[in-house]
Amino acid sequence: MKIAVCIKQVPTREWQPRLNDDKTWIRDQDASFEMNEPDAYALEEALRLKEKHGGEVVVCSAGPARVAQVIREALARGADRAIHVEDDGLASADAFTTSGALAAAMQDEKFDLTLTGLQSDDQGFAQVGVILAEKLGQPHATIIMEVQIDGAALRVKRELEGGWFQWVAMPLPAVLTIQSGINQLRYATLKGIMAAKKKEIRKAGVPAGLSGKQKIASLYVPEKGKKTQLITGSPSEAAKELVRRLRDEARVIA
Amino acid sequence: MILVIAEQREGKLNRATWETIVGAQQLAAALSSDITVLVPGASVGSVAAELAAAQVKEVVTVEHAALEPYTPDGFTAALQDAIGQLAPSHVLLPHTYQTRDFAPKLAARLDRALLTDVTGIKTAGSEPAFVRPMFQGKLTADVVPQGPAPHFVTFQIGAYRVDQVAKGSAPAPVRALSVTVDASVIREKPEAPFQQAKQAVDLSQAERIVSVGRGIKEQANIALAQQLADALHAEIAASRPICDAGWLPMERQVGSSGQTVAPKLYLALGISGAIQHLVGMKGSSTVVAINKDPDAPIFEIADYGIVGDLFEIVPAIIEAVKQ
Repeated sequence: MKIAVCIKQVPTREWQPRLNDDKTWIRDQDASFEMNEPDAYALEEALRLKEKHGGEVVVCSAGPARVAQVIREALARGADRAIHVEDDGLASADAFTTSGALAAAMQDEKFDLTLTGLQSDDQGFAQVGVILAEKLGQPHATIIMEVQIDGAALRVKRELEGGWFQWVAMPLPAVLTIQSGINQLRYATLKGIMAAKKKEIRKAGVPAGLSGKQKIASLYVPEKGKKTQLITGSPSEAAKELVRRLRDEARVIA
Repeated sequence: MILVIAEQREGKLNRATWETIVGAQQLAAALSSDITVLVPGASVGSVAAELAAAQVKEVVTVEHAALEPYTPDGFTAALQDAIGQLAPSHVLLPHTYQTRDFAPKLAARLDRALLTDVTGIKTAGSEPAFVRPMFQGKLTADVVPQGPAPHFVTFQIGAYRVDQVAKGSAPAPVRALSVTVDASVIREKPEAPFQQAKQAVDLSQAERIVSVGRGIKEQANIALAQQLADALHAEIAASRPICDAGWLPMERQVGSSGQTVAPKLYLALGISGAIQHLVGMKGSSTVVAINKDPDAPIFEIADYGIVGDLFEIVPAIIEAVKQ
């Protein structure tokens, strides 16, 4: 079983956004980065499938040179090798560009199964996995909470809204987008970190003729929809004032 | 012409379709265009009749055995054909899990732009810009689709209010559009949807909810939130990461993948306010947010906010409630 996992490097959750001069993208140099959380679950699922069915796990990532950090981390957690589509323009690329870049680099590998997170914590398109499937000519399923493989038959549990689920069967090769929480993540061991240093990272370029299909005209801090009444003071003063307002003003507690 | 693709399952309309029609009406007014609502499925007559109440030019049914149950291959084939016949300038959809499953495939098949999770339209410029959250709601972008029409846009659930939809003076005409779908292109074999376990807790009926997020830090601290919930006679709930970690059962999860709630009081402890969470609770009458990060998106929808350490503030609230 040859499994690809597409991972993205995104700003950390603690990162405070700062904009570039023309206010169309963030100041990359101020950000600290980490593996996109849903992709970490996709990687974990791939590693578990490999443990069960054998084969190899190949990490694929499209982004600038700094992406090597999350590739190394994935290799340390147990992936066997990696493909890095490297280009500075990929940092702010749309889903068409990212999936086009990944598809070109992955095409000849003939993966049996490709996993990725259901969306990224940066641009949050929720498109790359599905477009990748279309470009590779493979079936797909999204927001997956369980994966069963029996020979060339794939059966997956798709999450629907409001606590509903559905099993869907399809032939391999296929692409799945993985929901966070499908499994419990493992962390890299020291041994894994050492072993990762010797693992292969194949570099690939962006294919010619890829152009984005959306342009960010401006990026800004959200306009507040509601006027929040901020309650200040010491914890005990603020708590008393909050309780007073919930009782007397909003009348939602007794 | 602006095309809205309705969502229905077994003859029951997904109400998010109405919200998308509100967005379509705003866009149509700005572009001096008109609206066609397309209803895909196996038997959609009653849903089409329901949607014909909206002020739109027409409702088009696309009925085919290959469209029920839903598969991404079946929908892509049928809608590719229908869009080819109708030649819209924009294709608008609600950002549901089903849309997320097929819209990127359809847009890729047609090689057209797809803007997802849009919360508004800015029509002041020479071309419309679509507003969407980025970086977990920390930033907002005005985005302009590139390349030839049609441009695909999906609207975040709750971006528009159903009661804002303009109704027509008479029902819009309904007509059938026939499409060709080769059943052999459908590779996915879906089984019947099911609920994991009977929901023991119906949070949608709760009057007060205390909800915890990542800021609670560790499982042992859930007890503190439970004490606050007890003091307020509230149910306890959580954002997705807390349930993923197993600190509270999945049935306590609020958000797009969990329950949708609208209590009198929603008290968010250490919840940053990712959009997937907000869509599940923004109908609450009074929202209180307690968070150490003053820029957390939860403060955009909170009525009352305290910026600070919840481990100091929550015990003080419990104390104050008892007085």
